[in-house]
Amino acid sequence: MKRGGIFLNRVFMALVFLFLYAPIFVLIVFSFNNSQSRTVWNGFTLHWYVELLQDRQIMNALSTTLLVSLLATLIATAAGTLAAIGFFNMKKRWRTPLMTVNNIPMTNADIVTGVSLCLLFVAFFGEWEVFARWCNSVQGLFRLPVRLHMGFGTLLIAHITFNIPYVILNVMPKLRQMDKNLIDAAQDLGCTWMQAFWKVVLPEIKPGIVSGALIAFTMSVDDFIISYFTAGSGTSTLAMVVYGMTKLRISPKINAISSLLFITVLTLLIIVNVREARQEKQIAQRRL
Amino acid sequence: MKNKRSLFAVPYVGWMALFVVAPIVMVVIYAFTAAGGGLTLENFSRMGSYAVVFTRSFHLALIATAICLLIGYPVAYMISREGPGLQRVAMMLIMLPMWMNFLLRTYSWMSILENTGLLNRFFSAIGLFKLLNTVFGTDLEYFAMINTKGAVVLGMVYNYLPFMILPIYSVIAKMDGSLLEAARDLGANSFGVFRKVILPLSLPGVLSGVTMVFVPSVSTFAISKLLGGSNELLLGDLIEQQFLGTAYNPYLGSAIALVMMVIVVVCMALMNRFGEGEEQAVML
Amino acid sequence: MKKTFAVLLALTMALTLCLTSCGGGGERIVNVCGWGENIDPELISQFEQETGIKVNYQTAESNETMYALIKQGGTDYDVIVPSDYMIGQMIEEGLLAELNYDNIPNFELIDSQYKNLSYDPENKYTVPYTWGTLGIIYNPTITGGEIDSWCALFDAKYAGQVGMIGNPRDAIGAALLYLGYSVNTTSEAEIREAYQLIADAKASGVYQGFFMDQLYDKMEAGETAVCTYYAGDFLSMHENNPDLRFVVPKEGSNWFVDAMCVLASAEHKEEAEAWINFICKTDSCLANMDFIWYASPNAEALEQYPAYYEEVNGEPMDPALYAVMAAPADVLANCEAYVNLPAETLALYTDLWVELGIG
Repeated sequence: MKRGGIFLNRVFMALVFLFLYAPIFVLIVFSFNNSQSRTVWNGFTLHWYVELLQDRQIMNALSTTLLVSLLATLIATAAGTLAAIGFFNMKKRWRTPLMTVNNIPMTNADIVTGVSLCLLFVAFFGEWEVFARWCNSVQGLFRLPVRLHMGFGTLLIAHITFNIPYVILNVMPKLRQMDKNLIDAAQDLGCTWMQAFWKVVLPEIKPGIVSGALIAFTMSVDDFIISYFTAGSGTSTLAMVVYGMTKLRISPKINAISSLLFITVLTLLIIVNVREARQEKQIAQRRL
Repeated sequence: MKNKRSLFAVPYVGWMALFVVAPIVMVVIYAFTAAGGGLTLENFSRMGSYAVVFTRSFHLALIATAICLLIGYPVAYMISREGPGLQRVAMMLIMLPMWMNFLLRTYSWMSILENTGLLNRFFSAIGLFKLLNTVFGTDLEYFAMINTKGAVVLGMVYNYLPFMILPIYSVIAKMDGSLLEAARDLGANSFGVFRKVILPLSLPGVLSGVTMVFVPSVSTFAISKLLGGSNELLLGDLIEQQFLGTAYNPYLGSAIALVMMVIVVVCMALMNRFGEGEEQAVML
Repeated sequence: MKKTFAVLLALTMALTLCLTSCGGGGERIVNVCGWGENIDPELISQFEQETGIKVNYQTAESNETMYALIKQGGTDYDVIVPSDYMIGQMIEEGLLAELNYDNIPNFELIDSQYKNLSYDPENKYTVPYTWGTLGIIYNPTITGGEIDSWCALFDAKYAGQVGMIGNPRDAIGAALLYLGYSVNTTSEAEIREAYQLIADAKASGVYQGFFMDQLYDKMEAGETAVCTYYAGDFLSMHENNPDLRFVVPKEGSNWFVDAMCVLASAEHKEEAEAWINFICKTDSCLANMDFIWYASPNAEALEQYPAYYEEVNGEPMDPALYAVMAAPADVLANCEAYVNLPAETLALYTDLWVELGIG
C-alpha cells in the first residue's frame, strides 16, 4: 500500500515536471530546426546558432540583460543586506510600517510598478529640464544636459528597486535565527563592531544573502513588464527583443540564444550541486 | 547602541521613498487628474463600464491560483519527503525554467496548443480524431485550444506555479521533525499528522504562495495577448492599452491601476488576517 | 514643493543617468522608430559606414503605440515612420518638425503623386517612405474558394479561421467599406453600425483573435486562413507560403502612405535628415523594396524594380505579384486614403475598440 503510494507520488511529480519542461524541450528542439517553422520539423541544422553570433540586436540585448541583472543584483544585495540589518535592529514600531512599504514592489502588480516608475521618471525629466535650463542660465561654469530620457540608468534603478525586497526577505530570517550572544561574545573578546560584523555576522547570514542574490538575479533576467515600461526607446533587454519578435514571426535565433543560456545555467547549477554534495559527504565522513 | 545599527537602513528608506512611495503617489495624482489638467473624479466614474474586465480578471486569476495550489502543495510536500539530494535537485529543477524567458515559454505553448500545433498534430498522427469522428459521428479536425480562456489560465498556471511551490516547500522543509514524531507518538495517523500539524504550520507558505501567484495573474497582459488572442481584455491589457496601446490615456490608466491595486491590497490584507505573521512572505 | 522634489531626485539620479544616457556625447547618432521588418538591415550598416552616424533602429507595433510612446515622453526618437492619418494628427498637435529640404536633395526623386497629400498639404514635414493597399489575404487550400469581398471577415462560413486586424482604424475601416460607407466617415451611426458588424462576428466566433504582425507567422503556418493586412506584408508571407493570395476587395479599400518625419523634440535633426536622404536614394529604395516588399514612392526605383528583381533572384518577377506590390491605377481609383479624423470621432473609435475587448 505504502509503496504504491510512493509510486503514485513519483508519477504525479514526473507529470508536473513534464508540464514545466515540455515547452522548454520544444524550444530547444526547434532551435535546431532547418526552417523557420515552429511546428514542423525539417531536419537538423546549426544555422541559427551561427546567425545568432552575427545578430547585433540580440547580442546587444544579451549584454544589456546580463549587465543590468548583474549590476542590479550586486547593488541590491549590498543595499538589501545593510537594510535588513538596519530593520532588524529597529524598534518594532518603526520596523512594521517600513517592512510593509518594503513589500510593496513584491505584492504590487508588475504593471503598476512599471507604469508608476515610468510616470515618475517622465515627471522628473520635465522638472529637470526646467531646473537645468535655469542652472545653465545663471552660471557658465558647467552645462547640465537639458534633455534626459529613459535608458539604461532608469532600467537599472527599476531593477534595483524590485530586487532589494527579495534580498531583505531572505536575509531577515537568518538574522533572526542568529544567536545574538555571538556578537556580544565577539566584542567581549576584543573585536570592534566592524570586525564582529565581518567575522561573525556575515558568515552566519551568508546563506540568506546568497539565496537572496540568486533570486534577485533570476527575477532580473526573467523580468519583462517592468523593463518594458522603464527602458525607454534606446535600450532593450532580451525579454523586450523577444516581445518585439512575438509580434512578428519569432526567429529561431531567439530559441538558440535561450537554449544556450539555459544550458549554461544548468551546467553551472550541476557543478555547484555536485561540489556541495561532495563537500557534505566529506564532512560526514570526517565526523565518522 | 542598538539604535545606531538601525541607521544602516537609512539609505534604503530614502531609496524606498523615492522609488517605491513616490511612484505610487504619482499614480494617485494622475488618477485624479483630467486629461486637460485639473482635479477630477471623472476617471473613476468611467470605471463602471470596466466592471466586466475586473470580474473577468479576478475570476481567471482565482482559477489559476486554485489550480496552482492544488498542484503546488502536493508537489512541495512530496519533495520535502524525499532525501536531501533529491530535494536539492527537485528545487533546482523548479527554479530552472525561470531562466528561459517567460515570454518564450509562453510562445512555446502557442506552438503546442495551436490548431495546427504540436498537440493537435500528435493527436491526428495517433488517429484520435478519426476514432472520435467514427465513434461520435463528429467532424473534428482539431481541438480548439489556443485563443481560449482555458489557454490563458494554462499560461498563468504554467508561469506562476514555481512561485507557489517555492514558499510552501521552504516552510514545510524547515518544519521541526520532532513535532511530527511527537504527533505520531501521541497516536495520530499520517492523515491526522498532516491535517493537525503540517497543514496549519505551512499556512504562511501557502499565503505567500497564493499572493505571488494571484497578483501577477490578475495583472498579466502578455499571456492573454499570446494565448488568448486579445479576444477578451484582462486588466493588464486594459492598463497597457492606456499607456502604450491604442487608447492613449495615462490618467484613466492610472485610475484603473489604482483601483486594481486597492482591491488586491484589501484581498491580501483580509487573507493575511487568517494567517497572522509579522513578515508573512517566505521565500527559499 | 515640486522644486524640492526635483532637486532631491536629481541628486540620486543625475549621476547614473549621465553615466549612461549622455555617455557617448561625441558620437553622432540617429534614433529611428519604424515598423517591424520594415527596413533592410543592410541599409543600416551601409549608412553607418558611409556617414559614421550610428543608427538605433527601434520598432513600434502600430501607429497608436508609436503615438503613445511619443506622447508619454521619455523616448528619444528622431525619425519616425507613421502612416498618413497619424501624421495628420501629429502635425496638428505640433509633434513634428518642419524639414529642411536642402538637406534632403533626394526628395526630388519622389514621384509627385506622393507629394502634397492631404495629411501634409504643403509638404513641409514629410518624405514618403512606402505606399500600398490594405486587402484580404487568404489561403484557398483552407477556405476552399476564392474571396473578393470584405464580407469574408464577417461571414460565419469562416468561423474560427479569421485573424482580425488588431488596430481600430483598419478593423472598423474594413467594416465601413463592407457597408458601403467612406473610411473617413464622421457619422456616429455609421461607425456604430460598422462596430456592431465586428462585434456580432466576434460573438459568433468568426475570429481567432485580434492580431497585428503575429499574422505573418499564423498565415504562413496555415494556422489562420483569412486576414486583412497590407500588400507588402502579403508578399513577405507569400515567399514562405506560396498558397496565399491577396485581393483588394471589390467594395474598394484603403491605400496608405507611410512617411518619414522628424520629431519636433529631435536632438539629432541633421543626422535625421541625412538618414532620410539616404533612404530616398534609388539604390536604397531598390534594396529596401526587395527586402520589405512595400512599394517605394521613388518613381525610378519602382520602375526599375522588376529588372532589379530578375538580376538579384535570377528569375523574372511574377507580374501578378508586382501588381499587388504597386497597385495599378484602376485598383487605386477604387481606394480611399485615410484622413485625420476630428477628435470626437477618434475618441469614439477608441471607446468602441475598448468595448469590443470588454465583449
